[in-house]
Amino acid sequence: MKVHVDMSICLLHGQCVIAAPEVFSFDDDGGLVWVKEIGEDLRADTEAAADACPEQAIVLEG
Amino acid sequence: MAPRVTIVGASLAGLRSAEAVRALLPDARITLIGDEPHAPYNRPPLSKDVAEQLAGADAETQQAALAKLTFKHRLPDAGLDWRLGVKATGFDADARSVRLSDGGRIAHDWLIAASGLRPRRLPFAGAEARRHVLRSFDDAARLGAQLVPGARMLVVGAGFIGCEIAATAAHLGLSVTVIEPQAAPMLAALGPDVAQAMASFHRARGIDLRCGLTVTGLSDANGVTLTLSDGSTVTGDLLVEAVGSLPNTEWLTDPALDLSNGVLTDATLTAPGNPRLLAVGDLARFPNPLFGPAPRRVEHWCVPGQTAKRAAETIAARAAGHDPAPTFAPMPSFWSDQHGMRLQSFGAPALADAIRIAEGRLDRLGQEPCLVEYLQGGRLIGLLGLGLSPAHLTRHRPRLDAALNETVAA
Repeated sequence: MKVHVDMSICLLHGQCVIAAPEVFSFDDDGGLVWVKEIGEDLRADTEAAADACPEQAIVLEG
Repeated sequence: MAPRVTIVGASLAGLRSAEAVRALLPDARITLIGDEPHAPYNRPPLSKDVAEQLAGADAETQQAALAKLTFKHRLPDAGLDWRLGVKATGFDADARSVRLSDGGRIAHDWLIAASGLRPRRLPFAGAEARRHVLRSFDDAARLGAQLVPGARMLVVGAGFIGCEIAATAAHLGLSVTVIEPQAAPMLAALGPDVAQAMASFHRARGIDLRCGLTVTGLSDANGVTLTLSDGSTVTGDLLVEAVGSLPNTEWLTDPALDLSNGVLTDATLTAPGNPRLLAVGDLARFPNPLFGPAPRRVEHWCVPGQTAKRAAETIAARAAGHDPAPTFAPMPSFWSDQHGMRLQSFGAPALADAIRIAEGRLDRLGQEPCLVEYLQGGRLIGLLGLGLSPAHLTRHRPRLDAALNETVAA
C-alpha cells in the first residue's frame, strides 16, 4: 500500500505518529516523515492513522 | 442471515460506524440515515481555517470548501443504503424499526445511535437574520456571508467554538466582543489558571472579552443588541451563539432508555434497557476506566472513531454469540487553534484538581511554548501543550499512558 500525506493540509497534530509509530514519525526539526510504501502487516495501523488525522490529510492507495 | 444494521446519524460517528461494521461483518446490510443533505464531512475546520475561507465566499468557493471537508471513505456501495436528507423521527423497540421523516420505516437487527448534538440557542426572539450558530457546513456558509471586515461581531459563550470563531473573525478584521457567564474562557476544560491565561491571551489580541456576565435580553436595535446581567448593553452587526449543545435524542422514543444526558451506555456501548441499541460519538455517555466508574459524554473529535470501532466489535461479538472484550479505555485528546496558537491535549484535564507548569510560562502564551501537566490526587491525568510542537508533546505521551494505565490495572 502506498502512503501519501498532503502537506498542504497537514497541521502536524501528530495523531498518526501515535496510531502508527512504525509508519509516521517526527524528525529532529519537528517535521513529519513517513514510510512511503508499507506491507500488509502495517495496513490496519496505517488505516487507523488515516482515520485519526484531524485534517484528513493522509491518502492511502492500494 | 446477514445482520441488518441501521445507523442514525451520518456524520463522523455514523460513517466510522458503517466502516467498522463493514470491516468486521462484511455481509451486514447497513442503512446510514443523515438529516443533512451532504455526505459526511469534517466539522472542526468550520470555526477555524474554513471559516476564514467562507468569509464572503461565492457559491463556487463554498462548494470547493465542502468538497475538501468531505471524508474520503472506504465503503463500497454494495450492501449500503445511504438515506441523506432524511431524519429519524421515532423508534419501535419491539418491532426493531426506525421511523423516518419521509414516512418510511426501516427494520434492523442492530441500531447504532450516532445522531450527535445540535447547538443550544439563546432563549430570546428577534434579529434572526443576524444570529448564527456553528455546527453544520450550512451554518458556516451562512455565517461566512456576514464575516465582513469592520463588522461588529458578538459572540456569546467562550468555549472552544466561541473562542475559535472570535479569533478567526478578529483575524479577518471584524471587531469582536465575547460574553461569557463564567469567570474565564474554556474554564471547565482547561481549569482556572490556564483559562485566566487564555483570557489575557485573547484580550492582548484585540478581543473584548467580558466574563462573569449573562445575557438577559435581546433586541434588533441598531443591528442586534444584547442586554447583560450588569445592566449594560452591547451592540453588533451579527451574533454567534456558542452556548453549548443539546443531544439529538428525541427520536429515541423508548421509555426503557436513560436519555438524561445523551444516551447512557455500558462499557460495550450498549444501552441498558435495550440490548440491540448502541450509542456512539458525542451522544454516548459511557464509562472510561482510565478516569473512574462514572459514565461521561465527551465532545472531542477523537471519540466518534474510537466509539464506532468499539460498537462494531460489540455487534460482531454478540452476533457470533460471544461476549465483547470487557475493557474499553480510549485515550481522549483534543486540539484547538486560536490566534495562530495550537492547544493540544491528551487525557482529561477537566478532571484535574491541580496543575504543574512543566515548561514555559502562562503569562508568555503565544510567545513561548508552554506545557501544562494536569494532576488528580497528585497523579498525572492530562497534558496540555500551548504553542508547543506536536513532536515535543508526543514525547510526553508514554508517561501519561503509564500513569493512566496504573488506574485500570489497580
